Amino acid sequence: MDMIAKWFLELYETTGINLTIVYDAYDRQRFLSGLGMTVYLSVVCILASIVIGAVGAWAQGSPLRVVRGLVNGFVVLFRNTPPLVQIFFFYFGLGQILPRIEDVDGMRVPILTNVQWAIVSLSLFAGAFNVEIFRSGIEAVPRTTTEAAEALGYTRFGVYRHVLLPLALRICLPSLNNNLVNLLKTTTLAYAIAVPETLYVSKQIWTDSQNVPVMMIVLLLVYTALVGILVFIMHRWEKALAIPGYGQGGAR
Amino acid sequence: MSEVFTAAPAARQKGDVLPVLLPFRAPAPRAWRWPRLRLVHLVGIVGALLLIGGGAFAQGGAPRLSALEVIWKWFPLLMSGFGFNILMSVLAMALGTVAGIGLGLLQIGENRFLRRLAWAATQFFRNAPWLVLLFFAMFMIPFQFRVFGYTIPFPDWVKAIIGFSLPVMANMSEILRGAVASLPSGQWEAAESLAFSRRQTLFMIILPQCVKRMLPPWMNLYSLITMATVQASIVGVSEMLTLTSQVHAAEGGRPDLLAPLYGFAMLCFFVYCYPIERFTLYLERRFQLNQ
Repeated sequence: MDMIAKWFLELYETTGINLTIVYDAYDRQRFLSGLGMTVYLSVVCILASIVIGAVGAWAQGSPLRVVRGLVNGFVVLFRNTPPLVQIFFFYFGLGQILPRIEDVDGMRVPILTNVQWAIVSLSLFAGAFNVEIFRSGIEAVPRTTTEAAEALGYTRFGVYRHVLLPLALRICLPSLNNNLVNLLKTTTLAYAIAVPETLYVSKQIWTDSQNVPVMMIVLLLVYTALVGILVFIMHRWEKALAIPGYGQGGAR
Repeated sequence: MSEVFTAAPAARQKGDVLPVLLPFRAPAPRAWRWPRLRLVHLVGIVGALLLIGGGAFAQGGAPRLSALEVIWKWFPLLMSGFGFNILMSVLAMALGTVAGIGLGLLQIGENRFLRRLAWAATQFFRNAPWLVLLFFAMFMIPFQFRVFGYTIPFPDWVKAIIGFSLPVMANMSEILRGAVASLPSGQWEAAESLAFSRRQTLFMIILPQCVKRMLPPWMNLYSLITMATVQASIVGVSEMLTLTSQVHAAEGGRPDLLAPLYGFAMLCFFVYCYPIERFTLYLERRFQLNQ
């Protein structure tokens, strides 16, 4: 570890490439915690948005008009407004209106911290897209499949859980994949409400060490790597789920 | 002619023609309509209005303006900010589209090296977060250029436009590549057998057919970039979101005003982007019919 640090210090002195995140323990710790926050935000938001998408797509097939209307309204609203304004609306707008609670020290604090608000708003944003994606997958499942399941005595939820959703998931995995990559990229917006994720700590680091270009390139590479990992996992999942005739995985 | 139908059911009038004997006429495509206001939208609009106006009743103090009055008072300023957002989105889209078509053509070109390079650039800019690219453009582009003794200033908003056009370029390149790949290969072969050169095939046969396929995703991209322009406020361009927080500060920083003000910003973008989404859906459906 010491050798590596020394080498990077030498690199800085000879070439001017100042990678403080490698040789400086404080910066390294900061950067790693930022990276951890990005991964945490992404994983939680991805899981939450998939749940929102699956539940929303189920509710869209509801016989009740009001439920359908509410889900449609949610999807349309969240798809057509900027995610940054959504985050501001939730964090500044709703966060101020909601009552405050007392924490362990007796201080009056908001119900949700900025990290939690970021998770809520990012999940809702990506969830709205996921509802549409799942719906398109469900529409691609032949109607006769549903009818056959109904004839076997499945309830509406049973049909959805055991027949429709597994098939629809395989059909819509490529577009789901796309949206989750988008979500991972959108987590940078949490920067705006001071969530200490990768972009935020990078800004702190380049303000302290005056190494904007280097950190910029590190940042781009880090996000490319994160997206690459996500895409790799999704492809593995797609392959594992593949059944002949459904989605792209089956065709191969 | 009429003897043919004598065996037809009694209800049939003389001179009627069996439907199966009618010539096939494709149903006319549905004309584009403005989205109908349904229960959903009414609920949404009323909800938004309540949210915006809600602050008025929460604080009944006499000297305080209600949220609606505040928005009305600052309406011209906020709208000028929104107009600036639209302007940035249009310019970024124009710049990104031109660059993206170039990159996309390189991606489907014959030069192996250029093809790999264009592919790598496309993937790189597609997978980088937009906000990071915006920071990239903001910090890496100098604030002025000196060309032949002339100083060309590069204000923040121009750099922001360049920052936004980078992801547009990459996505456009991918849209073009996808559209060309989705055409049946018979088109290329037919053109080759008619002695078209590769360039002629591309520009006279392939690309004109691709325009139709590229239009819906292109409009989608436009709507996305419009919604992304608010991110410029993070790097200090004074557009709608910046102005919104300034208005909030000018009104004394009342916390109950935040939700209405940001709600109003959401409403503006919704009103602008929702018709675009509907129109994109309509185009998608219409082009699928004719294929």
